Amino acid sequence: MIGTQQSRKNSLTSLILVAVMLAAVVVLDQVIKPTDSMSMLLKVLQKGSIYALAAVSMNLLNGFTGLFSLGHAGFMLIGAYTYAIFTIPSEARDVVYQYYDAAIRISFPEVLGNALGPVGTLVGVVLAVIAAGLAAAVIAWLIGLPVLRLKSDYLAIATLGFAEVVRAVFQWGKLGPVTNGSNPLKSFVRINAFQLKLGGTTISLTTFVPVLLATVCIAFIVLLVNSTYGRSFKAIRDDEVAAEAMGINLARHKMLSFCVSSFFAGVAGAGMAMVLGIAQASNFKSAMTYEILLMVVLGGIGSISGSCIGAMLFIAASEWWLRGLDSGVFLGINAPGIFRNGFRLVVFSVIIMIVVLFFRKGIMGDRELPDLLKKRPGKGAAGK
Amino acid sequence: MSTILKVENATMQFGGVVAVDNLNLEVNEGEIVALIGPNGAGKTTAFNVITGVYQPTNGAVYFQGERIVENHPQGKLKKLYKGEHAGEYTHVLAPTPDHITKLGMARTFQNIRLWKSQTVFDNVLIAMHCRTHANFLAASFRFNRKEEREQRDRVAGLLETVGLYDVRNELATSLPYGKQRRLEIARALATAPRLLLLDEPAAGMNPQETQELTAFIGEIRDSFHMTVFLIEHHMDLVMDISDRIYVLDFGKLIAQGTPEEIQNNKRVIDAYLGVAEDA
Repeated sequence: MIGTQQSRKNSLTSLILVAVMLAAVVVLDQVIKPTDSMSMLLKVLQKGSIYALAAVSMNLLNGFTGLFSLGHAGFMLIGAYTYAIFTIPSEARDVVYQYYDAAIRISFPEVLGNALGPVGTLVGVVLAVIAAGLAAAVIAWLIGLPVLRLKSDYLAIATLGFAEVVRAVFQWGKLGPVTNGSNPLKSFVRINAFQLKLGGTTISLTTFVPVLLATVCIAFIVLLVNSTYGRSFKAIRDDEVAAEAMGINLARHKMLSFCVSSFFAGVAGAGMAMVLGIAQASNFKSAMTYEILLMVVLGGIGSISGSCIGAMLFIAASEWWLRGLDSGVFLGINAPGIFRNGFRLVVFSVIIMIVVLFFRKGIMGDRELPDLLKKRPGKGAAGK
Repeated sequence: MSTILKVENATMQFGGVVAVDNLNLEVNEGEIVALIGPNGAGKTTAFNVITGVYQPTNGAVYFQGERIVENHPQGKLKKLYKGEHAGEYTHVLAPTPDHITKLGMARTFQNIRLWKSQTVFDNVLIAMHCRTHANFLAASFRFNRKEEREQRDRVAGLLETVGLYDVRNELATSLPYGKQRRLEIARALATAPRLLLLDEPAAGMNPQETQELTAFIGEIRDSFHMTVFLIEHHMDLVMDISDRIYVLDFGKLIAQGTPEEIQNNKRVIDAYLGVAEDA
């Protein structure tokens, strides 16, 4: 009755926009050659979309449910390893596990690819990605049982500790047959393996795949946040006591949010492995969690589009726009004396400080992109 | 008329302070019952015991004949070594507040606790979540469209009843005080309760607002067939609408009865109401 027509129209519009965006990515993928100077754009899109997914999944927990958790790198690590382990083809396995006797000898894309052809390979990859998410979600459930009783800073410390423990465990030599110890996992299915052969032409889907993965997952999170469960998450964030008194089971809903968030962190970890072509525990330091947290805060806590924008800007700035600051030439200024290794980080930190000073609640606040076009509910009367 | 709420020997002790001391009370279906007493008498603590926020040191609470809260002086899950039940564990029933709300008991708060970042409409809509049947996947993929539409229609109806439909898209915190109180009541009603617990609904209201609220509570009782149990300091309101009154002082029940009986009760006058000539 209320706004159904309007919301249907809105969701149709956003569906069309997303389709256009995905089509544009495919076109870019064909047009830009790896040797072009613009090829960085593709790299940024690949990595940025995966980071956007990680940031949105963190936002679900930190921004929408009000649980300040810093365990994201740990869950991404679990996802990356699960994906890698289940997609390493059998002929490469012994080379990858050179010091160990590989314990898990199944590769989803290979098994299904042999049975069903190229479609089977694709299904196998999708299964491995889902397995990555599920592994992270199951671990999250186990960790959540004791940890979700904690609040604010204590929860952050506990989850941060958990992430460090995971990193140490995955590097443990005794687990070598599964995790390859402290050596990286590689040779598994990467994004450049995705190609579409139509007649004689080959369409590269290298950038399309991570963007699609992130889009589908973020779309699900958007749907969840706007459902009755998402609304209860926000109620828990706003006032836990009132939420409980109104019949919202705190333990269950917090656990749900934690597991869903971790599921998508696991998927983002799998995506990260796909993009980088390597899965190594030492890459998933707590610094990665802070980077993601920074994206969330820059974009706006409680705004999904803000997290996406924050992630894209962060990756673009650190990987592309400010690269020159490290390598001598920036904006045509040739000053190798100043623009050398490490200077980029100095400038980057200053930019972040400026952004935070001028956008107190992040770039988007708690608004979404469509909200920019319409009036805020009761903003005038709310006041400060 | 059957008993909907029964509190039996409830004692709530915080360290050495006995906030509620051996409280016994009953609320019958369709009644409006008030709990009054001076500040610090333990009224809100009694509410918190009934709604499961605190676990009582001793005593039990029955709701619609079902025992929902219980504890024995022996403590939590302690093995009994003496007496006729030696070897058994003491029975502890300590449901969380959300469980009690789902059983059909809803409350408001003394200091308004609305969800600040949500609109008036969403505040009421979220309260209906506890009656949602869809799981999170079904809800995310919108398989619960019909349920959701029903809920939205009910919210609209509820807001119209309490007179907040025009401001449904405002932020809850941007409403004036009296309307925030009304919204809290609407939110509690959205959980489909049979018993409504109001913790000082008229706190901070001027006489006119109080009068409106008095009429409003009566309306709620009649139109929703609701039982109302309330804590209040405004004596006009209490004497106007209550069928029966319980008086607490220092955690102990000192009187109970109809408004006339309470007004003429010597102990109540001494402890709480005071004498008109002194005022």
